[in-house]
Amino acid sequence: MKNQKSKAYRIFSLVIVIVLAILFTFPLYWIITGSFKTGKEINSTTPVWWPTTWTLKNYEKLMSKFKAPLFELTVPFSQYFTEDGTPSVAFAGPTVPAAVRWMVNTVWMAVAAMLLTCLTASLAGYALAKKRFIGRSLIFTLIVCAMALPKQVILIPLIREMSALKLYNTMSAVVYPIVGWPFGVFLMKQFAEGIPGEILESARIDGASEMKTFTTIVYPMIKPGVGALAIFTFISSWNDYFMQLIMLSSNKNLTISLGIANMQAENQTDFGLIMAGAAFAAVPIIIVFVIFQKYFTKGITMGAVKG
Amino acid sequence: MRKSRSGLNQSLVRQETIAGYLFLLPSLFFFLVFVVYPMFMCIYTSFFDSNMGKNTVDTFIGFGNYKELFQDKIFLGALRNTVVIVVVAVPTVCAFSLWVASAITDMKPVLTSAFRVIFYLPVVTGSVAVTVVWKWMYNNYYGIFNYLLKSAGVIDKNINWLGDARYALWCIILILFTTSVGQPIVLYVSALGNVDQSLVEAAEVDGATPMQVFWKIKWPQIMPTTLYIVVITTINSFQCFALIQLLTSGGPNHSTDTVMYYIYYTAFKLYRYGYGNAMGVVLMLIIALLSAVQFKLGQSQD
Repeated sequence: MKNQKSKAYRIFSLVIVIVLAILFTFPLYWIITGSFKTGKEINSTTPVWWPTTWTLKNYEKLMSKFKAPLFELTVPFSQYFTEDGTPSVAFAGPTVPAAVRWMVNTVWMAVAAMLLTCLTASLAGYALAKKRFIGRSLIFTLIVCAMALPKQVILIPLIREMSALKLYNTMSAVVYPIVGWPFGVFLMKQFAEGIPGEILESARIDGASEMKTFTTIVYPMIKPGVGALAIFTFISSWNDYFMQLIMLSSNKNLTISLGIANMQAENQTDFGLIMAGAAFAAVPIIIVFVIFQKYFTKGITMGAVKG
Repeated sequence: MRKSRSGLNQSLVRQETIAGYLFLLPSLFFFLVFVVYPMFMCIYTSFFDSNMGKNTVDTFIGFGNYKELFQDKIFLGALRNTVVIVVVAVPTVCAFSLWVASAITDMKPVLTSAFRVIFYLPVVTGSVAVTVVWKWMYNNYYGIFNYLLKSAGVIDKNINWLGDARYALWCIILILFTTSVGQPIVLYVSALGNVDQSLVEAAEVDGATPMQVFWKIKWPQIMPTTLYIVVITTINSFQCFALIQLLTSGGPNHSTDTVMYYIYYTAFKLYRYGYGNAMGVVLMLIIALLSAVQFKLGQSQD
């Protein structure tokens, strides 16, 4: 009796969940199909649910319309003064579609943020979990308090600090605040707490140095945590639009999100081109997410502050 | 004897302290320089009349910015919009994600993780890609919403969704909703998986209905997760920025300004740096207060 009832409910909820899942994937479906539609189908007032003729026109436009240098080398002995007297140098380097340069920037930014965060956070998380030292609880309280505050608020003061440090409009200005954000330390502390104290104690008695203990005993044990933090940092820094918007300005330094946003502002109604850009920006990160989603899920659940 | 032991302890403590700080040093450097210092500067600059110019000197004006803040109609409107977003988004996100999570945890593991991925997709897609496609869907002439509602006979004239102050904020809340449920669903699935199964079985043997099992046994056990979800959803909704900047730029006529967007607007469009920081401090205080309330609630739960 009870089982039958719950079976009917189960089928009902499966149907609802499937409908919801279709609605949630629809925007992505619309981006991808939209990017392959011809101008006529894109701008038709009756939506074309499935492109009748698939075209690469939108991607060709994305690659040909905007250009940026892939990298720039300083031309030797080319120092000169601009009209207002500031010294400058000439640059030379190959030109590529701007979207490619933006993608290179984004990958470089996300990888740098990921590596630096994992390195600093795993060292610090281990210290906070397993070392007993003066000021430990104070630092930990500071970290938990900072995590409860809105991250975006500090961006306004940060821009002045970055200008003063001559980091404005460089990838470092985006990467360093991500590394400083204490979520990673908190997450790694959660993982490091699971290391049994006796193992560390016996390593000390055997005369292992602190660094050796970390690399041979601690690191292998917190490796799943580092994996989770790595993928989490990679995806969240890739998508941290506000920070990129504030810190980066020149065309060659944009990330892919920023580049697409600017393109959208300039070409409001060319939906085909915008969808091609959106697909170009979103598909790589979605693939990364789907491959590593197990680690990602672990990072989210372990990072949850309990009561 | 006693003395030598305490001497040994002291050297051990010193050694631990040095090692501890050496391990902490790289992380602490980034944390202090790029998080704590700007937070401090945010508070400090909020007492100055300051702009982004290079050669101008900030003048101390005490609580001047804060006084102006509470007479600024646009700021109060932005605060009202933000509160509307939070009040609508937080309960709906929690209820929706709890329902979806409890529906998908009973399924086969493959299906559970497939659905988890699907509901997380809008988050991973990134705010820019998500907003540009929604902007197209909301479009006055080419948008899918006007087409669907017109064919269904709900409306007879095209609605300019984002250009109409009556609808614009609700359109934004809808997108915010789809990009906010991913993380809560992941958290709820894991919390429901950790519920003590022996209690659930015992209750079922005693003849409890599924509803009773849920409210009497599962709900109290997932309470800490619910509180955490409420806090993160509140913080995220308070920080709603990218959607506004990309969709409406606060328009039409400031009707979709949120506090975060207005901070950006004052600091980077009006170059009123100190004033923007004063708003940031107010936002920090509101969120700190809400987090403290949650913390207290969590403690009384235990």
